[in-house]
Amino acid sequence: MLKLPVYLDNNATTPMDPRVLETMIPYFTEHFGNAASRNHPFGWEAEEAVDYAREQVAKLVGADPKEIIFTSGATEGDNLGIKGVYEMYAQKGNHIITANTEHKAVLDTCKHIEKLGGEVTYLSVQPDGLIDLKELEAAIKPTTILIAIMYANNEIGVIQPVKEIAAIAKKHGVLFFTDATQAVGKIPVDVIKDGIDLMTFTGHKMYGPKGIGALYVRRKNPRVKVTAQMDGGGHERGMRSGTLNVPGIVGFGKACELCRLEMEQDTARISKLRDKLETALLKLDEAYVNGNRNHRLPHVSNISFKYVEGEGLLMGFNKNIALSSGSACTSASLEPSYVLKALGLGDDLAHSSLRFGLSRFTTEEQIDYTIEQITNTVLKLREMSPLWEMFKEGIDMNSIEWAHH
Amino acid sequence: MAYSEKVIDHYSNPKNVGTLDKSSKNVGTGLVGAPECGDVMRLQIEVDDATGIIKDAKFKTFGCGSAIASSSLATEWLKGKSIDVAATIDNMDIVEELNLPPVKIHCSVLAEDAIKAAINDYRKKNGLEELVFEEKGVH
Repeated sequence: MLKLPVYLDNNATTPMDPRVLETMIPYFTEHFGNAASRNHPFGWEAEEAVDYAREQVAKLVGADPKEIIFTSGATEGDNLGIKGVYEMYAQKGNHIITANTEHKAVLDTCKHIEKLGGEVTYLSVQPDGLIDLKELEAAIKPTTILIAIMYANNEIGVIQPVKEIAAIAKKHGVLFFTDATQAVGKIPVDVIKDGIDLMTFTGHKMYGPKGIGALYVRRKNPRVKVTAQMDGGGHERGMRSGTLNVPGIVGFGKACELCRLEMEQDTARISKLRDKLETALLKLDEAYVNGNRNHRLPHVSNISFKYVEGEGLLMGFNKNIALSSGSACTSASLEPSYVLKALGLGDDLAHSSLRFGLSRFTTEEQIDYTIEQITNTVLKLREMSPLWEMFKEGIDMNSIEWAHH
Repeated sequence: MAYSEKVIDHYSNPKNVGTLDKSSKNVGTGLVGAPECGDVMRLQIEVDDATGIIKDAKFKTFGCGSAIASSSLATEWLKGKSIDVAATIDNMDIVEELNLPPVKIHCSVLAEDAIKAAINDYRKKNGLEELVFEEKGVH
């Protein structure tokens, strides 16, 4: 049976798995202790729950539990990882390399570091969204202390060549930080096999609660340290002070465990639905997938429907289907997606894009419904689009003198 | 952002979508906006030569729901008006009628620009002097 509304904005946040909520509830009421209270059972219970969750989290990404620092989410992890390295390794250098398709939490952190006197290289990406490894290596200099490249992109789902990046970093004695917010829990991520030194991820993108995330900080080969960005009681091995969010941590742990156990079957099912959706929508004329389709998260698709504006398109079905668009009109800044522009897409194509993010809870009926609704709306809006008419008449749109405003 | 009922109504049942023969002497065409900015409006009027009354109006718009609604409403208002009266349609009338939020005011400005461009195209074709309008410059 078709369940409405259809939620396909899972890159923004996922619903929480009911099994996760179940494990959290006792830690709000009965087991409310402070995990740092060392001298009574309330504290012990909380500490034990945190330790267990830390193991669950570590296991999902192949880390040692001691290497997991709990944070409030991926943004905090980005800040702590990057600023923390910048401060800790100031003696060694002040240069950071990142890419222009990173999340704002990385880009704005890097901008902040530039204001502090640091130097940042922003690599541009290739038209398929992947960075050029040769360009990365060429950007390394004696003062480079950190490479910060995301695991998978939040808008187009493109997966960067993490292992190769790690190898380059290692060869030059540079640390490698990755924002793996969209990847962890969706595809196998292993900090040892991948060669990652620091990694941020968060609960609410993997069926866990909001407000809880983790920063992985490598302890061996090499031993990595970050300067705390929040001072206080010295929690989390001195790297992140603040009373631990015990219910959140417990839920995050459970979410990680479920992802570890169910990833394979979830991925097989979800990627099939994604492919069905994509194949059907690409039957429309002038519809294009954005980003590399071979190196991509299994649940993500980003498609531009030329000559139709994204927000106008969403309006056709947004009562029943939740999606996001790269259109300027859907963002606070009134600028179209900088990620799509970084791929070299014209503003017109960026304006015409929709981002689909499927989840564990997406059903085939919902995908069928989505295909039908989007196809109908695209066709309807193209009938209404002067650009579509010009395209059909073979008019070169570049020959028109547009009134830019 | 929630849309007003009127915007939703125009979006769902747009009035006067279509194309008039732009080579015809009594048809004026206004094409405003740019694809890169995310909205392009084409508004056309067919004028009765004898009376100067707008007999028909059509539009096609690439843009968000508010842009579609603004142009749909504009064509409704244009029909039956003389081109002189049509030239006085103000974007704020559209804002008020459709209850557009501040971030969507540019859609109404675009519709006003399209009306004026269509009127001037008609005037030019018929040997009349083009009207000079004040720049709104909101967008």
